[in-house]
Formats: sequence, C-alpha cells, structure tokens
Amino acid sequence: MALLRRSPHLLKPLTPPPPAASALSLRHAFSSDTTPITVETSIPFTGHNCEPPSRSVETSAKELMTFFTDMATMRRMEIAADSLYKAKLIRGFCHLYDGQEAVAIGMEAGITRKDCIITAYRDHCIYYCRGGTLLGTFAELMGRKDGCSNGKGGSMHFYKPNNGFYGGHGIVGAQVPLGVGLAFAQKYNKEDHVSFALYGDGAANQGQLFEALNMAALWDLPAIFICENNHYGMGTAEWRAAKSPSYYKRGDYVPGLKVDGMDALAVKQACMYAKEHALKNGPLILEMDTYRYHGHSMSDPGSTYRTRDEVSGVRQERDPIERVRKLLLAHDIATEKELKDIEKEKRKEVDDAIAKAKESPMPDPSELYTNVYVKGYGVEACGADRKGVKAVLP
Amino acid sequence: MASIFQGIGAATAISSSTSFDSKKLIFSAPRFHLEKKGSFLVVRSDGKMSNGISGRAEKLVTNAVAAKADAPAASTTSKSGHELLLFEALREGLEEEMDRDPRVCVMGEDVGHYGGSYKVTKGLAPKFGDLRVLDTPIAENSFTGMGIGAAMTGLRPVIEGMNMGFLLLAFNQISNNCGMLHYTSGGQFTIPVVIRGPGGVGRQLGAEHSQRLESYFQSIPGIQMVACSTPYNAKGLMKAAIRSENPVILFEHVLLYNLKEKIPDEEYICNLEEAEMVRPGEHVTILTYSRMRYHVMQAAKTLVNKGYDPEVIDIRSLKPFDLHTIGNSVKKTHRVLIVEECMRTGGIGASLTAAINENFQDYLDAPIVCLSSQDVPTPYAGTLEEYTIVQPAQIVTAVEQLCQ
Repeated sequence: MALLRRSPHLLKPLTPPPPAASALSLRHAFSSDTTPITVETSIPFTGHNCEPPSRSVETSAKELMTFFTDMATMRRMEIAADSLYKAKLIRGFCHLYDGQEAVAIGMEAGITRKDCIITAYRDHCIYYCRGGTLLGTFAELMGRKDGCSNGKGGSMHFYKPNNGFYGGHGIVGAQVPLGVGLAFAQKYNKEDHVSFALYGDGAANQGQLFEALNMAALWDLPAIFICENNHYGMGTAEWRAAKSPSYYKRGDYVPGLKVDGMDALAVKQACMYAKEHALKNGPLILEMDTYRYHGHSMSDPGSTYRTRDEVSGVRQERDPIERVRKLLLAHDIATEKELKDIEKEKRKEVDDAIAKAKESPMPDPSELYTNVYVKGYGVEACGADRKGVKAVLP
Repeated sequence: MASIFQGIGAATAISSSTSFDSKKLIFSAPRFHLEKKGSFLVVRSDGKMSNGISGRAEKLVTNAVAAKADAPAASTTSKSGHELLLFEALREGLEEEMDRDPRVCVMGEDVGHYGGSYKVTKGLAPKFGDLRVLDTPIAENSFTGMGIGAAMTGLRPVIEGMNMGFLLLAFNQISNNCGMLHYTSGGQFTIPVVIRGPGGVGRQLGAEHSQRLESYFQSIPGIQMVACSTPYNAKGLMKAAIRSENPVILFEHVLLYNLKEKIPDEEYICNLEEAEMVRPGEHVTILTYSRMRYHVMQAAKTLVNKGYDPEVIDIRSLKPFDLHTIGNSVKKTHRVLIVEECMRTGGIGASLTAAINENFQDYLDAPIVCLSSQDVPTPYAGTLEEYTIVQPAQIVTAVEQLCQ
C-alpha cells in the first residue's frame, strides 16, 4: 500500500490556534480541505469483459473525514440497534450492516442524489447515507410514529424517495427487477442518471435477477447491479450455494468488476466508473467483497456457520473504519484523539436520537387503514370486529 | 351477442316489464368522471345506510343505473356513437390515455411489433415508439417488477399478461411490491400501475390457460380489481384504471374480445368502484361479472318469459365491492343469486356472499345462492368444459328455486 505524502506546508494550520480549542480547530481546518490526495486501493480491481479502473483514487481530507464520521455513526447506529433489539424494543427482523459500511459510504461518494439506489432488507445504513436521520431510523425500528415510514414499515422498509433511495424490501431478489424499472424510467425520461440495484450473494442465485439482467442489457438501461458479497446467504456459505461464486462474472455478456468492499475508496472508484459505463454502454455488475460482523439478522448468532476467529480476523485486517483511520493518521489530517472525540460525539448523537425515538408515540390506531390506497380512490375499510364497515365512493 | 341500441324507445321498454323483448333492451351510456367531489356513504354492519353528504349520493346512484330518466338525454348527446369491438375499445382507451399523458407506457410480451396477442395494442408501437410500447422477454416476474419500479418514480405503466394465468409467476411482485409499497413506505410512494390481461375459461384452451385469478389476488391489500364486460365499460375502466393512483388489476375475458357495441364519441370514464345496473328488476338480485353477465342475460330472457323479474347487476368492481349499489338492490328484492366464473372455493362469489351476509342480513328473505365454476382444472374436452362453468339453464333453475 503506497501512500503518497502531501506537501509539508499543509501540515501546519495557517494561524496559530488558541491552546484550548487547538484540537477542534485543527480538525476543522483540515476537514474542509479539498486539496486532492491520491490513495491507492488495497488491491487492484478485477474486470470481466471490461477494462478495470485505475487503482489510484482521488480523494481529499474533507472526504476522508466525512467517510470516517459517517462510518463511525453507522457503526454506532447498528451496534445500538443490536442493544435495542436485545432489550426487546426492536422486534421482528433486524438485519445489521456493521462491517459493510464502506459499500454504503463509497457508493454515496461516487454518485449524486439524483441517481437511484434500491436495496434489500439490510438498509439502515444506506438510508442514512442517502440523507436519512438517526431519529427516523430508530423511531421506525421501534415502530413509532416518527419513523421514516410512520412506523408501518419496520426495519426492512426504509425509503427516501426525494433523495433517490427506493428501499427497503423484504423478499430476497425482488428488488432487482424494481431497480431495473428505476433505470427504465431514467431512460424513458432521458435523464443522465443511473440506478444501483443492490443484492447479496444469496440473492445472486435468484432467477429474476438474470431476467432483469437480460432486459437491462437488451435495452441498454442505465442499471448497475451491485452484489454485496458478504460470503454467507444467512447460514449458507457462498461455495455451498453457488456453483460459480464469482458473482461479477455471472453476467456473462454483461461486464463485471470485482471490488474490495471493505475499502471505501475502492468502492467510490468503482461506482464512478460504473456510472460512466452504464450511461454509455448499459448495465454492469459490481461485486463488492465485503463482510458482516453480525449474523444474518438478530435471530442468527452468526457463529454456527463460521468461526469466531474468522470474524475477528476480518475485523483486524480489513475493517473499513480502521482503514480510513489509518489513512487519516498517515496523512496527518487528524490526530488519534480527535478521531476518538468524533466517535464519542457520534455515539452521543446516536444515544440522543434513541432517547428521542423512545419518546415518540406509537402510531394512532386509525393509521391501520391509512395508505392502503391513495386517498380518495375508494377505500373500503372495516374494523377487526367488523363493526366499522365503511364503503366510500369517490 | 351484445348489440346495443341507444336511447330509442327507452320509456316503452321499461314500462312493459312483463313482456321482455331483447331488441328493446336499453343500455344507455351514462357519462361519469372519475374526479368526483367527495361523497361517502357509511354502511353499518346492520345494513342501515346513511348519507355522508345528502343529495350528492342520490345523484350518484341515478347515474350508475341504466337510467330510465336519463335515457332521452343520453340519446340526444350520444346518438352519434361509433361501433367497435371490445378489444378495439380497450385500445382506444389506452391510446387516448397515452396521448394525454406521456408517462403512460405499455409493457408485455408481444405488445409492440406483434400488436398484442389479442390485438389490444395493435398500432401503438409504430405510433408511440418501442420504448413506450415495450416488447418484453418472457419473464413475467421481472417485467412486472420492472413496471412497478418504474411506477415508483412516477411513470404509469400498463403491464400486460398475455394470459392472466402467467401472472402467477409475478405474484410476489404484485402482492408484495405493487400492493404493499404504498403502505410500508408510509405513503411515500404511489404505484399507479395497471395490470391487465385476459383470463377466464375460453374455447378448449386447456387447464393452465383457463385460469381465473380474481380469487388469488382478491385478498392482496392495496390493489383494486375491476372486470370489464362490454366495450363501453372496457374503455371506461381502462381509462379510469390508468388515471388511478392505486394499482389496478383489470380482468378481461378471452371470449369477450369480439363483442360489438356502439360507444360514445366523446370522452368518458367509468367509475372503478361502481357496479353497473344491467337490468332493473323486482324479484331477485343477480350479481355477476365478466362473461357470466351474458349467461345471466340469456337466462333472464327465459326467466322473464316465465314471469320473473330479475335485477341484474354487473358488479364490475371486484375489489372493493360496490356495497352501495348491491345493498340498495338487496333492500328491494330480498333475494340474491351470485353467478360467477370463479372457482367455488375462495372465489369472488364466496367473498361477496360473506360481505352481503354480514352487511344486509336483515334484508335477506332466503340464503344467498352462489353459482360458481367447479373446483376442477378446466378440462380440454368441449362437453366437460361446458360443465365446469355455469350455464344459463342452471341460472334459471336457481332463480326458480330461490323465488319459491
């Protein structure tokens, strides 16, 4: 990993800061620094039927700080959700994203809010990166009114339409044709934007994926298929489920790229490359080689099908936050203490959001019947005891 | 089978209810607009109804009926209609909506260059282009999903299943994504898709191509289901379905595509949730939809000759049921016969029976009789196929038994 040094004159702040606020102002001075820094990705990209992009990624201090801050928030968010689940405040299914944060943040860095993202049920962090709030996340997880889907969706149904995030889907693989539909609409409206349809290594064996791939390739739709390969489809390892675990090659006539999904900068580079490619040549498959520390969901301990050594090994060698931390320290963008302070600050933010979410009330009982149909087009609703039958004609 | 005469002799036909002559059967063409001011009716479980907004509801009912009073007016306005076949009416409705709103697009197998396996989309691809009238590969699950994804961003796709039975492959997309997304997102998305296709028992098409999917889709929350039966309501329902913000499944019937009728030249839309009064009567309410309407009307001829006066209602809206029209009819006749092509178990008739029993039990003089298709896969042999669905003779017998 060859890291290039920045020019030394940027090391010192321009004006000597007052001693008490030195740490803070040092961070602020650098976190808004957009001078380009070139970093090399951990491993080169592997291409299938395409020319892989260069290993050198351009970034900046500001961007790296954003990566760190956001990933720290996301990590905290998921760990907090774990505790809330164990405290029985979150019920049902809760699929946590810790370990995979680099995919969400790298993708966000490489695209615009007009590009669409759609994913499956491991959606908390992608929702957050697309402009979701911590309050919206926790309130939704706890089924409260202030949740991003008014408490009616739950963990698997987070959406942010105005920022191009289309959810949030519970059935494995069903979101991929939807993603192709998003790309179809973009082509129909002649927009210069792309759609990213995310799925996992488990979903990669779904037929509808290949159907969608065929259609996207047939009509040159600006769809990018991202396989977040965390190597386990719930309890089944990828080599036990797929004859060919090289998911980036499975598109056959559709080009593919294998990316180190624990390296946010590699993800960013790949997404920028993919966007450019998709707008010119149609669909592309990106395989993000990533890992989840938690089990498939909170009901899965995650240790029956993999060893603890494996998990801790990945955590030590490839953790995305640690990688960015090392980059920040190596480039003197921030000190160890500053980064710890940021983490503490984010932890507090998350705790505050949880406290606020806990105060949020449950949805009204009348909410049971709202949004079944769009208002004004003939809703028929009846109470559980069949006493409140209504027939509404527009 | 369904030649319709507009407006002429309306008064005479209705007054002589005992001597029934098919030539004088009037199907007048009331004009509806979908955007009505909000008027609602609260139907309590004991069947009593109260008007939410008095007066407005009454007007609605008058329009819904093949109005005796309206007929003269209708005849002057729509004397110049044009005659066409049902599939042409569907196409006309679709084309008008595509002209009106650039977001409306069609996708399905062989809808573009081939013109549609039942010619519903003929001529649309040369006019609107290959992207707007999209020929998809044979991948129902994913092109339905694609349509729903496009609808999430604001497009208004009309998804065609070449045969309704094929849409079973897309059931997950229809149930989970189409029906539920508006709810699970807390109202952030609307899915204004129209899913349409021919279903029902045809002429010896075999078991897999003679399916009635109304029963499978009816319990999906969030979707609306309508069934068209005449060129008039086919065009009207198609337009209404496209304009609706809710996902609508439009059930057509393979054997009804060549029905001929004169429809108005001016633009009209049928209300998605309203039932159609086909023949007002006094003795028994016969509820039906789609092709069975014609079997019922055939039986009605015989019944009238035998001295009965059946009230025939084409329910059209399979989800939600138009309990208002149906309720009014039950209050009048006190006897209900449901004639449907759906399967006996868990079909539309079963749900309708339950709904009427719960809401209008006090008004029923006899248990509801429901004639549905047999719970068997549709056989290939012609005679056996005839036995699976309800025939006019059975309807006559059922009415006679009911009216004893």
